[in-house]
Amino acid sequence: MTDTALTRTDAPTRTRPRRAWVGALIGVALVVLAVASLFIGVSDVTPASLIAGDADAAFLLVASRVPRTVAVILAGASLAIAGLIMQMMVRNKFVEPSTTGVTEFATLGMLVTIVLWPGMAVVGKMGVATAFGLVGTWVFLRVIRAVPVRQLVLVPLVGVMLGGIVGAVTTFFAYRLDLLQSLGQWSQGSFATVMQGRYEFVWFAAAMVVVAWIAADRFSVIGLGEEFATNLGLNYRRVMAIGTCVIAVITASVLVTAGMIPFLGLVVPNIVSLMVGDNVRRSIPWVAGLGAVFVLACDIIARTVRFPYEIPLSVIVGVIGAGLFLWLLLRKGSRAH
Amino acid sequence: MIALDHVTKRYGNTAALDDVSLTLGDVGVTALLGPNGAGKSTLFSVVGRLVQADAGTVTIDGRDVAETPSSDLARTLAVLRQDNHIAARLTVHDLVEFGRFPHSKGRLTVEDRDHIERALDYLDLEPLRDRFLDELSGGQRQRAFVAMILAQDTRYVLLDEPLNNLDLRHMTEIMRLIRQLADEWGKTVIVVLHDINFAARYADRIVALRDGRVVADADVSGFMRPDVLADIYDSPVEVHQIDGKPVALYYE
Repeated sequence: MTDTALTRTDAPTRTRPRRAWVGALIGVALVVLAVASLFIGVSDVTPASLIAGDADAAFLLVASRVPRTVAVILAGASLAIAGLIMQMMVRNKFVEPSTTGVTEFATLGMLVTIVLWPGMAVVGKMGVATAFGLVGTWVFLRVIRAVPVRQLVLVPLVGVMLGGIVGAVTTFFAYRLDLLQSLGQWSQGSFATVMQGRYEFVWFAAAMVVVAWIAADRFSVIGLGEEFATNLGLNYRRVMAIGTCVIAVITASVLVTAGMIPFLGLVVPNIVSLMVGDNVRRSIPWVAGLGAVFVLACDIIARTVRFPYEIPLSVIVGVIGAGLFLWLLLRKGSRAH
Repeated sequence: MIALDHVTKRYGNTAALDDVSLTLGDVGVTALLGPNGAGKSTLFSVVGRLVQADAGTVTIDGRDVAETPSSDLARTLAVLRQDNHIAARLTVHDLVEFGRFPHSKGRLTVEDRDHIERALDYLDLEPLRDRFLDELSGGQRQRAFVAMILAQDTRYVLLDEPLNNLDLRHMTEIMRLIRQLADEWGKTVIVVLHDINFAARYADRIVALRDGRVVADADVSGFMRPDVLADIYDSPVEVHQIDGKPVALYYE
């Protein structure tokens, strides 16, 4: 008996201390970057000025810096979760909303609101974008049913093509209607315009993270495939429907707040998968934390690299994300080989 | 009892199951045999509520599969399909834990943990519990799947070609395990096999399908006869007694 008790405690200790360290590191990085994000900007807001009772600094903090930091954290965490959920649903590590046409569909939804209901409140725009996102996710899931699960690379390729088609339609109409510039606002992600009263929609995305967290085990089981899920008595279609909603709402709410942020949902869950595996209940805090840290870091770089000007966040995320993605693909033991 | 009553399932013009009436689950181990495309997997799919029959009913302990909530059935019937391709990086322990899902819905009780530990222990997976499935050999992975089914703690266990892609040693290991599931755990196992001799050695009853129909259904001695086997496989099969046990020779 003592023997088995020993092996039981021994085996996990082999890996757990390292995981605990990385977990703590993510937590510390999150706090440090969040604080840094509050105090980086053109206007002087420093801890000293706040303590001295500088009213302008306090106003700026509440109206701009805090909303921006919160928006960045929530957008990063939720986009990474959207990627994770989608990867479990499709059973493919190389998909996320922006490589499967979902983001393009949501963007098309935005264009439709601009053309048909220009004066629509942002919440209405988000609703339409969500609806288009739902359609996009559904279309993607339908299309890839024709692709065997084992075709690891074909699935994301189909997604990228689908996105390309929808994106082309959007661009065509935007061009014809002289709306390319308005569209650019969303196709290039940036948190530069985030202010109090203009970012609150990311809380919808945060709510979806909570939904994903509650249903974590169901998404893990879904990741085993329809046959396993049915054997375990899970309502496969219902969980797929919940997942579709989670993905669409997160994609649309981040899109209306900041715009398109590529690669995030792809890179973060893959890195976490290498460290702690794909049991969603275990990996979800890691994915959310690392997603937030990643976007926070990129946002700070975007704000400081050409100080006092900003470059679009999507450029930074794209460069770093693409690099990490290439590394994931080319590293030893990658399943893409 | 798993009872199929005039079950028909068509794919296009071909009937994968053609008016099958069959009662399974009266003995410990029932082997399901038949050539490729005979309808064995379809039968499992219909019983395991993965596909709906075009006609007829399937009942498990008197409850209609089509009308019983799936989560209830998951506590009575466990189905392991062939070629389980799992893309997710899960540990052995994760997988076995999911076997408890029908009971726990994700919130593990002391009893659930007990089942998980017993399943891991029984299949000698203790040393591998924190290994990822993609780091295991084929035999180890198959054992992990069986442990998951064991943790699911169902009366009926359906295994679809569990010997696929295993070497000789692991094939024997899995078959012995199936025997033990019936003898020691009191489970009713229905297993699809390709090898007649494995079926003859380990099963209590053998059912043969061909073209979606039941063509033979007997105990081992009644099944292992040249005329019966030749009919099923359309090729001559000799049966010899070796150490008092029937062995089919189909290599000629």
